[in-house]
Amino acid sequence: MNDRTRVQLTVNGQREQVEVEPRALLADVLRDQLGLTGTHLACEHGVCGACTVLIDGEAARSCLVFAVQAEGASVTTVEGLTPPDGLSPVQEAMRDCHGLQCGFCTPGIVVSMTAYLDTHPNPTDAELRDAMSGNLCRCTGYQGILAAARQAADRMSASS
Amino acid sequence: MSSPVASRFVGSAVHRKEDRRLLTGHGQYVADASAPRMVHAAFLRSDVAKARLNSVNIEAAKAAPGVVAVFLWSDFHEKFGEAWHAMLGQELVVPPPLAITDVRYVGDPIALVVATSRALAEDACGLIEVEYEPEQATVDYATAAADSNVVHAAWGLPSNVMVAVPFTPMSADLDETFGSVEHVVETTIVQNRYLCVPMETRGVLASWTPGLEELDLIVATQSVHETRNFFARYLGLDEGAVRVTARDVGGGFGQKMFVFREECAVVLATKLLGRPVKWIEDRLENLISAGHSRNELGHVRMAISADGVIEAITVDHVADVGAYTPCPAVMDPTLLPGPYRIPRLGFSTQMVWTNTMGKAAYRGPWMFETTAREMAIDVAARQIGMDPAELRRRNLLSLPELPFTSPGGKVFQEITPLETLEQALGMLGYDEFRKEQAAAREQGRWLGVGICVYVEPTSMEQSTLGTEGATIRIESSGKVVAFLSTTSHGQSIETTMAQIIADDLGVSYDDVTVVQADTQSTPYGPGTGGSRTAVIAGGAAHDAAVAVRDKVLGIAAHMMEAAPEDLEIAEGVVAVRGTPDRSLTIKEVATQAYTNAHTLPVEMAGGLEATIRFKPKRFPTWSNATHVCVVEIDPDTFIPRILRYIVSEDCGKMINPQVVEGQIFGGVVQGLGGVLYEDFRYDQDGNPQTTTFLDYLLPTTGEAPKIEIGHIESVSTTNPGGFKGMGEGGAIGAHAAVANAVGDALAHLGVNVTSTPLGPEQIFQLVQATKKERA
Repeated sequence: MNDRTRVQLTVNGQREQVEVEPRALLADVLRDQLGLTGTHLACEHGVCGACTVLIDGEAARSCLVFAVQAEGASVTTVEGLTPPDGLSPVQEAMRDCHGLQCGFCTPGIVVSMTAYLDTHPNPTDAELRDAMSGNLCRCTGYQGILAAARQAADRMSASS
Repeated sequence: MSSPVASRFVGSAVHRKEDRRLLTGHGQYVADASAPRMVHAAFLRSDVAKARLNSVNIEAAKAAPGVVAVFLWSDFHEKFGEAWHAMLGQELVVPPPLAITDVRYVGDPIALVVATSRALAEDACGLIEVEYEPEQATVDYATAAADSNVVHAAWGLPSNVMVAVPFTPMSADLDETFGSVEHVVETTIVQNRYLCVPMETRGVLASWTPGLEELDLIVATQSVHETRNFFARYLGLDEGAVRVTARDVGGGFGQKMFVFREECAVVLATKLLGRPVKWIEDRLENLISAGHSRNELGHVRMAISADGVIEAITVDHVADVGAYTPCPAVMDPTLLPGPYRIPRLGFSTQMVWTNTMGKAAYRGPWMFETTAREMAIDVAARQIGMDPAELRRRNLLSLPELPFTSPGGKVFQEITPLETLEQALGMLGYDEFRKEQAAAREQGRWLGVGICVYVEPTSMEQSTLGTEGATIRIESSGKVVAFLSTTSHGQSIETTMAQIIADDLGVSYDDVTVVQADTQSTPYGPGTGGSRTAVIAGGAAHDAAVAVRDKVLGIAAHMMEAAPEDLEIAEGVVAVRGTPDRSLTIKEVATQAYTNAHTLPVEMAGGLEATIRFKPKRFPTWSNATHVCVVEIDPDTFIPRILRYIVSEDCGKMINPQVVEGQIFGGVVQGLGGVLYEDFRYDQDGNPQTTTFLDYLLPTTGEAPKIEIGHIESVSTTNPGGFKGMGEGGAIGAHAAVANAVGDALAHLGVNVTSTPLGPEQIFQLVQATKKERA
């Protein structure tokens, strides 16, 4: 159980090498070994989406991925989506539209929304509802999150 | 000496101060914290609802890799003192940290394993051998009072009744009224068990430092100060030796208002081990053992005159408090008449123990009065053949006729029940909807509208709840730091309080930093909950800011050789009114106040700081709203879908309209979740059936309707800002509004909806049962 495996991966553009138990989840390794506590765990069974990260550009639930599966992968967390100055268009839209209250689900929302909008430049409202339906939020009733998705989609497509 | 200030930030949707850190992954939740030599805890919990513990063998667990300690009750026995909360009183003791001789619900903690990682602690839990001697569990609260299987038999208690208040008529002529009116409506309203489910589970990092003899807690809580006071009593320490902080908390909704037995166990573990112990519960634990809510029923009777005047209302109420209740907050029967002109009231109430998780507070914990009344009004409307909007209209209070004293002794003033009803109905286009509904029924579509009108007692006075404090300091730089007694867990308190303070001090919102949830630096506060922050903490922030402002004006007047009453402060500059070139910046005044205090007149002590406590002029501060919901039910799949959701609310003056609407949105979706999707179930032996997010269904963007909000503003006079609390209202109103909409959609089939949940399974059963009845 305690045999450790070396895993090499890129996290937020930085090459990392970690020694992990085979059963270690990517989420736990990001949080506990790499200090990236922006990735949150709220269900640990793949439903709530709070732990969503990008693995090679695609949204994935880091509570359902073993760290060893990320060998050679490029992982982006919410910390890595934040520009050095200010906020990303998605983060800005979430702030403008009051898309967060307690903030616990927020990193997963930001990552999921970013991943979707990066590949779907002109979504309809119905598509945004569908795209965000894999992330649970208990505070906002989703009104601000959906408004933020709309704003971010419109601004991102206008500037591209 | 202060003149009224201009409202520059209050009333506007400024960017939240919390957002930058939360959006970029830099929130500071308890799971993110660590400490040197920290170890991790996991509980072994009972998987039987009721059993004697014949033996618990921990030998293999103690020898398992990474295990530091395995604790049983015998390790904690006599290691702690008093275990009660000031708000709940000394009689309601937090249950023992671990089971003693028997277990009383699935999830009852039996052992605490501490290891070098959570995973190793869980591994070791799996090695503990428990020999249970199962007994018959009591699960159905409706029959628990008469059940001979007694939950707390091991304590020698004779029955499952925790509290029983016999029928109490609040009006002398109750019986005569029921005997003489045209219509008597009787129905039993049942509200299902659903839960707070904050996205962040419970958690604590407890650090006892031997030698220093101090306890440091980082904890997911709604009340750092009451947590500190609790553990000072628990360990026999002075309050000053316990520090509790909670920088960011991922939602609470009532669940995190009080200390849980699990937190007690973790604190005892750090005390015994002399090193930091961290416990972050998993979702399974949170769903089965962090407090359950609602789960109440009421037999409601209404006496209604021929012209639709409700002359009396009574309820016989039963609430399930589970095995050990973290907070036995149930329906307030004296609020049953709600915002209606109903002159007569009577009630009985019973709280019963069952072998299930105990009752915890949840956003509007008394709210079954609203569910019971509003669902019963729709039953009555169907029975007497009157439109449910019209029946409400004939009985609702309106602003011009206030104050009004209800038969429950509530004095209503500054509320707008009828006004919000009319606004909400207007937003829907109620009369047109009824035509559309009739046409839809012709086509075989099941369309319905539901209404819920309620009044919300915010900023209540009970026990510790009547007061909050604030310390505000203008630093020598001219920037402002406010230390508040609150423990925010999503309410935007850093933002809203900074808006108030910036206006009162005449400084920029960006120059105000709010510090809270740290017992070593902030004034005492009972906790954030009960829709009390805007009114009470807002009052404290205002009064403290005004006191500091007066100091600024006094010192500036001395510096400028002017009279304080001739000065005004705007945008960080103190100027002589009408002579703007005679001015000082607040920074210049602050420099004088701190670094040249000795040159000030003898009555000026220097510094720009004040600590003030505030309590409202009277209790509670009432707010109110009307919810209107339109649903369509698919006649083939029985799936209900919300088409429109409208809220007309009156929370007085709004500090930040975006925050107000955010609170309503969130509350509404929790409330409708409890009707349509969320239902915590046990089987007949007390085994929980909904233990993951695939069984206990939270609403998602796929289910949450677009919510339309209308505002009516009747200003409150209980506090200087004219605010009213409103944090719980969404969750109070949504339940009956949605249930009534489903009821209305099925009414033409002869179905009488009186209970929740109302998912497709229950709707199918209701329709089938009615068909059978009629065949």
